[in-house]
Amino acid sequence: MVSGRTVCRAGIAAALAMLLSAGTALADPVKVGLVSTLSGPSAVLGQHMRDGFLLAVKEMGGKLGGQETEVIVVDDELKPDVAVQKVKGLLDRDKVDFVAGVVFSNVMGAVVKPVTGNETFLVSGNAGPSTIAGAGCSPFFFSASYQNDQNHEVLGQYAQSKGFKKVVLMAPNYQAGKDALAGFKRYYKGEVVDEMYTQLGQLDFSAELAKVAAAKPDAFFTFMPGGMGVNLVKQYRQAGLADTIPFLSAFTVDETTLPATGEAALGFYSGAPWAPDLDVPANKAFVAAFEKEYGYIPALYAAQGYDAARLIDSAIKATGGKLSDKAAVRAALKKADFASVRGNFKFNTNQFPIQDFYLVKVGKRADGKVETMVSEKVFSNYGDAYAAKCEMK
Amino acid sequence: MSTTLLLVQILNGLQLGILLFLVAGGLTLVFGVMDVINLAHGVQYMLGAYLMVTATAATGSFWLGLPLALAAALVLGLVLERLVIRPLYGRDHLEQVLATFGIILFVNEAVKMIWGAAPLSIPMPDALSGSIRLMDGLNYPVYRLALLAAGLGVAAGLYVLVTRTRSGMLLRAGASNAPMVSALGVDITALFAKVFAFGAMLAAFAGAMAGPILSVEPGMGDGLLILAFVVIVIGGIGSIRGAFIAALLVGLIDTLGRSFLTDLLKLVMPASDATQAGPALASMTVYLLMAGVLFFRPRGLFPAPA
Amino acid sequence: MRAALLLSALVAALALAPLAADTYMLSLLARAMIFAIAALSLDFILGGAGLVSFGHAALMGIGAYGVGILMEEGTRDALVAFPVAMAVAALFALATGAISLKTRGVYFIMITLAFGQMAFFVTQSLSAYGGDDGLTLAARSTIAGNRWLKSPLTFHYVTLGLMVASALVCAMILASPFGRVLKAAKDNERRVRALGLDPYPYRLIAYAIAGALAGLSGALLANLTEFVSPAFLSWHRSGELIVMVVAGSMAASALGAGGTGRLGGAVLGALGVILVEEGLSHLTEHWRIIFGPLLVLLVLAGGVRSRRARP
Repeated sequence: MVSGRTVCRAGIAAALAMLLSAGTALADPVKVGLVSTLSGPSAVLGQHMRDGFLLAVKEMGGKLGGQETEVIVVDDELKPDVAVQKVKGLLDRDKVDFVAGVVFSNVMGAVVKPVTGNETFLVSGNAGPSTIAGAGCSPFFFSASYQNDQNHEVLGQYAQSKGFKKVVLMAPNYQAGKDALAGFKRYYKGEVVDEMYTQLGQLDFSAELAKVAAAKPDAFFTFMPGGMGVNLVKQYRQAGLADTIPFLSAFTVDETTLPATGEAALGFYSGAPWAPDLDVPANKAFVAAFEKEYGYIPALYAAQGYDAARLIDSAIKATGGKLSDKAAVRAALKKADFASVRGNFKFNTNQFPIQDFYLVKVGKRADGKVETMVSEKVFSNYGDAYAAKCEMK
Repeated sequence: MSTTLLLVQILNGLQLGILLFLVAGGLTLVFGVMDVINLAHGVQYMLGAYLMVTATAATGSFWLGLPLALAAALVLGLVLERLVIRPLYGRDHLEQVLATFGIILFVNEAVKMIWGAAPLSIPMPDALSGSIRLMDGLNYPVYRLALLAAGLGVAAGLYVLVTRTRSGMLLRAGASNAPMVSALGVDITALFAKVFAFGAMLAAFAGAMAGPILSVEPGMGDGLLILAFVVIVIGGIGSIRGAFIAALLVGLIDTLGRSFLTDLLKLVMPASDATQAGPALASMTVYLLMAGVLFFRPRGLFPAPA
Repeated sequence: MRAALLLSALVAALALAPLAADTYMLSLLARAMIFAIAALSLDFILGGAGLVSFGHAALMGIGAYGVGILMEEGTRDALVAFPVAMAVAALFALATGAISLKTRGVYFIMITLAFGQMAFFVTQSLSAYGGDDGLTLAARSTIAGNRWLKSPLTFHYVTLGLMVASALVCAMILASPFGRVLKAAKDNERRVRALGLDPYPYRLIAYAIAGALAGLSGALLANLTEFVSPAFLSWHRSGELIVMVVAGSMAASALGAGGTGRLGGAVLGALGVILVEEGLSHLTEHWRIIFGPLLVLLVLAGGVRSRRARP
């Protein structure tokens, strides 16, 4: 797959061929704009999401809901204004029926208005900022992922239930980092000895780790996505803290960073609605197919991308391809009538999922590769804290 | 705040400073001697790390991988000099900026295509994988001490090279009056090529050495390039001594700011305000330092003699 | 005169563009014109006074946040918001310029970066206005209570009008005695001082004017995207603006229409970079692998054409 835009263009040719042979007057192919971050240091997250989404489409024979489908992949470059520009292209020029994807919340914040304002459905493959889950909810926005706070809440709940008396928290100094620590503290009622905010893109954490060691907490919680997480995990292990202070995290140890951290992350905890070894038939099939197709283990972003595609598929199927009837499409999406790789999946009133959340732990598979593994279920049928603020029916 | 913690943080600061110096050293040499602004210096650091990933994987050994990676980086440096940098000698600085910016785009993308977008890692050499207990509950990896020692060694070597050897003399002469040196029968083009490739190798060395503690990822050199520029500007462009002192200063101030600024602010303002202002201010310390230094010394701490 | 010709040709093409362009193309062109205003502002001090600002995105971002914050606080009208955005950006330029202008050359580049980064970190910690997540605007600004800017066509012509006005203002200032002092100080500072003129206040005022124009482009960008974010102020963006100005003026001088400070190049650069990026990114996801060498070739070709010594 070389080209970003011409991905699945082959679908059109197939559609034409089918048109001629069957002689039925099929409408234009379904068009889905997939917005993902494919450049810069965070490109790996976007790559997982794109690959997950495209795998689902490929498995269904290049079709969604039985209709020929063209997926137009665009790179948001992690720049909100660039994302808006590209999304306008998807809406005005390509006239897409759905926009899916979006890894980062600041990009989502920028594109949600142009997309939903155009009455086009936006299916998030990852970002779930609190504004959209709460007062800013929209009938045209569906999340196939989670609300941003939830994964952090898993660890807060876990720390609370384990009876940890004091913890040290650390996150990058930006909105998502502050939200992460707030999410953790929603369930954790013990003492927070220190709350450290680091610089975004920080390389070296030895100064912070020295403070952690000095504070002697019962546990350490962090949100340190991407390359920052890789650095932190390696340095935490090297500082000898891994053996004495449990490492709780969210979006820090996962299949995007584990190839780099390797065994340094063994035994580290994370919270997620999914893990590659989650015992759900659809998931087993997905992980096996994904590894076969791309040669690496999927992360949560890939699973959500995959689910996003299958959610859209279910809605097109239910409406018989009549995508102009927005109310019908919305009703069909709301049913979430597809076999999610997460098993338990339905929509809340704010159109964010109600699902189960797990404590996951980094472990070694039989083949020696390292991945996150389900350790225990922390929340069942769990909706987010903001749904009450959403006035949508 | 205990004295041990303070000492540990000072050590951490020095170590960050040394890493910065390895990158800034080559940058200031190329800038000072050849009068070329080389934005591609950051991607040379990144290439060092990626070449090291491949070299250690191929040889299975850190110690065999390192010379291979450095040799490869040296060759790439020579190629880059010949193809792009040489035609830029004597050109407007902004044109050099534009061309070397183009190289950044190219190399970042190429690295992503060759090695993939996912972060990679370099295993730590066994001989240096131990650690020393510095304070209660905290181990200090021997590797970090080795990195510190290697950086100090390079700094000392550079100092001797520039001030005590014939090449160093030519270098200094070339920096102040290239046509004159050329007229005396010295092949200035070859000298420049050597300086450039040597700078590239220094940056690659920094990348290769950082690999075991930092993640190796596309674009990893961009942020560091900016910091390296901050260092050479504080130190005074072209001055190795200035770069060394400024690198340590930046490393220390950044590390100590991150460690203690919020706590210090808590002494003078409400805790909630301090946790708001502290981290924001801590990320600015380096820039505040640079603005402050340039305000009082517009050409850096050790301005090269004009 | 060729510079004026180039500029007029570009403006004419942009004025006629709506005849052929769809709404997407119009928004793309609007974006290009907005960056052209920022590039003009940078070219004004870069070409006109030899000051390379590496913090220009911060000035743009401050303008954008000016519009965003005012709207959040209930002031929606462009007739208030735009002048405020420009004034705040100009004030920031004035304050930081007062310190930065004590330095020259690369030191000036880096100290402007320092102030840009400080502004970036401040916007990132503005929790009340979304912090790093950014701030969504309720709608585009109104003009005297009218929602004209909602129409892509009106937005196109308003942006074009402001771009032309910015170019004219820059050109007039550069041609005035004030501008001639700037230019003279750029070429030979010692001589200007010998004439009893201190270039410092001239440069400071020029920098503030550039700040106001960059603030204007930021205000427009906030309206185009209906969103503001700290990413608007990042140093990457400042770098992109320098690339636009330098690449544009090199391309312009290849057309015989003058280097930096001739303004045509800035507009050409902004339009060129944005349209070429757009075109290449349709071609391949790895478009940078083509775009990078294109920039290198542009510089190398420029060298073959006119090998001149650095001043």
